[in-house]
Amino acid sequence: MNFTLLVTVLLTGIAFVAIVVLLAQLISPRSFNAQKEEAYECGIPTRGRSWMQFRVGYYLFAILFLMFDVETMFLFPWAVVMRSLGPAGLLSVLFFLFILVLGLAYAWRKGALKWQ
Amino acid sequence: MFDFSIVSQWIHGLLTSVMPEWAAVLIECVLVALVIITLYAVFAIALIYFERKVCAFFQCRIGPNRVGKWGLLQVFADVFKMLTKEIINMRNSDRFLHNLAPFLVIVASMLTFSCLPWNKGAHILDFNVGVFFLLAASSIGVVGILLAGWSSNNKYSLIGAMRSGAQIISYELSIGMTMLTMIALTGTMQLSEIVQQQADYGWNICRGHIPAIIAFLVYLIAGNAECNRGPFDLPESESELTAGYHTEYSGMHFGFYYLAEYLNLFITAGIATAIFLGGWAPIYFPGLDGFNDVMAYIPGIVWFVGKTVVVVFLLMWMRWTFPRLRIDQILSLEWKYLVPISMLNLVLMALVVAFGVHF
Repeated sequence: MNFTLLVTVLLTGIAFVAIVVLLAQLISPRSFNAQKEEAYECGIPTRGRSWMQFRVGYYLFAILFLMFDVETMFLFPWAVVMRSLGPAGLLSVLFFLFILVLGLAYAWRKGALKWQ
Repeated sequence: MFDFSIVSQWIHGLLTSVMPEWAAVLIECVLVALVIITLYAVFAIALIYFERKVCAFFQCRIGPNRVGKWGLLQVFADVFKMLTKEIINMRNSDRFLHNLAPFLVIVASMLTFSCLPWNKGAHILDFNVGVFFLLAASSIGVVGILLAGWSSNNKYSLIGAMRSGAQIISYELSIGMTMLTMIALTGTMQLSEIVQQQADYGWNICRGHIPAIIAFLVYLIAGNAECNRGPFDLPESESELTAGYHTEYSGMHFGFYYLAEYLNLFITAGIATAIFLGGWAPIYFPGLDGFNDVMAYIPGIVWFVGKTVVVVFLLMWMRWTFPRLRIDQILSLEWKYLVPISMLNLVLMALVVAFGVHF
């Protein structure tokens, strides 16, 4: 039943958006105008495209996020069975976290966390 | 405490007695869909009204008071206005992605919305990996926002989307880490199970004492950032980026982002309630039997919504009190303060659980 409900919720979301957009398109007025379809950049004519090279800082943070997120993902199963694993499990995860902190410290030291 | 699954089982029994199994399941799915859409719309409208009034009172204004008594119909008027506005497609935009982005945002928030435990037995999606599913589903929204900014072919949108993407993925780390802390305490990822434990043994924020309180505070900050709200609203900072990633969206397309923003606020508060503040579990003081009995008569859904609204009010308070941060301040707050704090907190919680010094 759970996965049936998951599909139901997914379809509900899609149908909700689709129906409302359809409804809005049915009842909304339409007008045509040469300026209307231009990008809004404070009223002055747009210069060039916006699909261009972008600052690399965001990319750096995305890479960092990927590293930490994957490591957090490994910690979830441990957190569930932590009580039954006992001291051995705790020690190994502490070691794992230590390596993770080393990675963060390395990135910090290298200046990857600094926005410039 | 009243168990809502009695009602759902009664409906299931009633339907299977007059029709085959598959038809009953189909009708139940339609019912569930209707319930989700109704709740979704009702809570969005209520929250928008609430936010406007709260914001007005924080700024010594009155807020909406013209349409209907106390301005109660203002939000309905706005919804109808948005419905009757034309949806404009830009000439240079990527048409397909531009139209696809609202779908992703709404689907993400609806998936997380249906994970909320409203009452005992009243939850739509309840996986044994519930918290994990929640994190996964909520991060679909980032894709929608990035697509919206990219496909608009507008510099403001692009900058807004990039800021939003960097901010949301960064703060997701803290959210994951605080959830991990609480999972270490409860030993289960199923949301209904987590709330049931709190009904039996007391709220998690009391059970886990110091690490749980730290986790709650970190969660509130990171949750506010996840919703692009409050001091973290620089993806759509009006004064510099017009509207950020949804600059080029008009009419109901914009309405979806607006809707999803407020629902995400409610979901963040609801998850905080379910994980830290006991979900539908009533307040309980050991020793005060009469008081506890009276509290137990109040239905679970009232407790859940009440606590959630309190958390929502806290988040709104944060939003209207603090000035907006810069992008470098936001990222250094997350990476230099919240991530190390929540890692230390996780270790602290692990030690607390290992030595059994929780309640």
